[in-house]
Amino acid sequence: MSEITFEGTPEQAAALKSCIDKHRGKAGALMPVLHEAQNIYGYLPIEVQTVIAEGLNVSLAEVFGVATFYSQFSLSPKGKHNVSICLGTACYVKGSDKLLEAVESKLGIRCGECTPDRKFSIESCRCVGACGLAPVMIVDGEVYGKLTAKDVPGILEKYMKD
Amino acid sequence: MTCEQLKKIAAEKADLINVRRIVREQAEKLAGNTGYRKQVLVCGGTGCTSSHSLEIIEQLEKSFKQLGIDDVLIVKTGCFGLCALGPIMIVYPEGVFYSQMTPEHAKTVAEKHLVKGGEIVKELLYAETVHADGSVIPFAEIPFYKHQLRIALRNCGVIAAEDINEAIAAGDYSALAKVLTEMTPDDVINEVLASGLRGRGGAGFPTGRKWQFAKASKGDIKYVCCNADEGDPGAFMDRSVLEGDPHCVIEAMTIAGYAIGAHQGYIYVRAEYPIAVERLKIAIKQARKYGLLGKNILGSGFDFDLDLRLGAGAFVCGEETALMASIEGKRGEPRPRPPFPAVKGLFEKPTILNNVETWANINPIIMKGSKWFSSIGTEKSKGTKVFAVGGKITNVGLVEVPMGTKLGTIINDIGGGIPGGKKFKAAQTGGPSGGCIPAKYIDIEMDFDNLVSIGSMMGSGGLIVMDEDTCMVDIAKFYLEFTADESCGKCTPCRIGTKRMLEILTKITEGKGTPEDLVKIKEIAQHMKSSSLCALGQSAPNPVLSTIEHFMNEYEAHVNDKKCPAGVCKSLLSYYIDPEKCKGCTLCSRKCPVGAITGTVKEAHVIDTSKCIKCGQCIENCKFGAISKK
Repeated sequence: MSEITFEGTPEQAAALKSCIDKHRGKAGALMPVLHEAQNIYGYLPIEVQTVIAEGLNVSLAEVFGVATFYSQFSLSPKGKHNVSICLGTACYVKGSDKLLEAVESKLGIRCGECTPDRKFSIESCRCVGACGLAPVMIVDGEVYGKLTAKDVPGILEKYMKD
Repeated sequence: MTCEQLKKIAAEKADLINVRRIVREQAEKLAGNTGYRKQVLVCGGTGCTSSHSLEIIEQLEKSFKQLGIDDVLIVKTGCFGLCALGPIMIVYPEGVFYSQMTPEHAKTVAEKHLVKGGEIVKELLYAETVHADGSVIPFAEIPFYKHQLRIALRNCGVIAAEDINEAIAAGDYSALAKVLTEMTPDDVINEVLASGLRGRGGAGFPTGRKWQFAKASKGDIKYVCCNADEGDPGAFMDRSVLEGDPHCVIEAMTIAGYAIGAHQGYIYVRAEYPIAVERLKIAIKQARKYGLLGKNILGSGFDFDLDLRLGAGAFVCGEETALMASIEGKRGEPRPRPPFPAVKGLFEKPTILNNVETWANINPIIMKGSKWFSSIGTEKSKGTKVFAVGGKITNVGLVEVPMGTKLGTIINDIGGGIPGGKKFKAAQTGGPSGGCIPAKYIDIEMDFDNLVSIGSMMGSGGLIVMDEDTCMVDIAKFYLEFTADESCGKCTPCRIGTKRMLEILTKITEGKGTPEDLVKIKEIAQHMKSSSLCALGQSAPNPVLSTIEHFMNEYEAHVNDKKCPAGVCKSLLSYYIDPEKCKGCTLCSRKCPVGAITGTVKEAHVIDTSKCIKCGQCIENCKFGAISKK
């Protein structure tokens, strides 16, 4: 787990509160609230989970249980640029594992980790549905398709500059 | 809205849609009625959007302004299916197919083709649509589309995905009007039952029976759910339907609500599909505005509404009880059945859950009748099936064919065969729950039961093609990594079984496997199949069992000879320079990150296998093909 301490702004706290108020009392509210909370903070630290548990009147154990069950919910912060490699079958048979190796060696971190300067993080995903472009890499939502390991450093360097 | 108003909207735009559906000569005549000389359809599906199709639309709009073109309609559609050639642009009434477009190309097409008196820009067309004599054929006549029968995908790539009027003109909501005005709930269920439609999500359970059970369940609150949690990596037909024709799902769910007596529905959709989510939100809003969702639909007195729920990346949520737990806001863990969801489902109320593609078949069944539908397909599998064809194949994309179509037709005729002159080795169907079909079954007729009989399954319709460079042990390991990762951990056979099987497969791919491992892995597989709680655990061994059955020689090569015949498993490979072919250019030794290659200029180089980390840099860089791995 990362050692980064949680820092929330008053604006974020207000957004979370209004989200909880909107969903309070509705059946099946926890998942939509977690989705929105992650949009607000970028991840779901224990401090945010505590606020959600109190706001929806459910136990923190239940919130933690749900947050850790689904791969989309992240308990640790992501980098400024998030690099995601598709390891779905169509991409895998076209060599996306080699893309992942190339990203790891370029950034010097492993999949699931964040660089110490919090600039980059790497994750793997299972199919974004762009199988026609396999193998694909996604940086901050931008999809790069039909890649080979050789293309990877050039793409990442664009993001290293800013 | 009333049924008459619905028909009026449909009639107003009917010609606009027909230009895109009927043959060229008639379409050219019809185009005159529409007010638009030409229509340009640009794919706005995930595949083409990822390769910047939206920039093409922007460029077209810009060019039209500059050139003063005001009688050509630009339509942002859903997926055309031939994703390998994206971004795709089709121009009607000619029906010509521009592939791999760039904004620069779009500018050229606007200037040369779309202006008044313009001519088709042949050099930018998909090559297969231009004959040697220079004549151009409509895209519907190329092999990729010719062998297809599009029922579920009927409107994808035809209508503007975010325009409810076009959806209505293309036939959406006509079945709802018919059901609410002419049919009783029992009529609806009987029609679906008689059509022989089976669930397209994986298990193939008869849809009509599910509805019958839910209707028979007592209770004043019932639910209708849509499974759009397309978790099989490599399958993307549900996404395409939601992006290209979201209204057909809304309509079908409303029909089911009427049939079983439900007034609320939920669509559970993957959060990884942002475009599909956005289009669904737009579609639901439009349907509510038109009174096609909400109170007193089409003046019938029937109420029905829908809500979206986003998944959060858990494969097990494709299982029905897990999906419902997730909608309830809990961990998506399955529970034992019975009670089945038709009796006790979402929030403990009777519930039906169908897959997106299943829903997409409902309108044609109601409109054209169960007899028509059941005339398509095989004895026990009626209608069509959409396959997401991917992997080592030329035409990656979505293919809808009648049930019973031969695997070879899909791979060779529609798919265009294997690129690079490689040999077809196997097709994997059913994703992590399915199996590998070896080349000897190339003539198998693809339907639910035939696939099960050879150890695979239809699943949601992912079809990944593999060539001789794919190691079947590595593929089995790949799927086990997936299921071990996605096992929810509730039941022991699945939680521990996937883990132990993965360990054994890892051992084998590292060259540490023993013949006993092959016996043990089969034994674990049998236990998992018979004792896991849900389909995830029961089917997780399939990729292993089917590869052991059909590709035992590869397992034996790994275990006994410590070799990987496909040249994939790193631990079993060594790199080697052919002294005959090596020209001594020194490139490989300069590229080698660990200094394992030595040699002097103009003399054959040598790899020190004790230093080599098998990264493959040398092979990629050698200009003479002198380096190989064995």
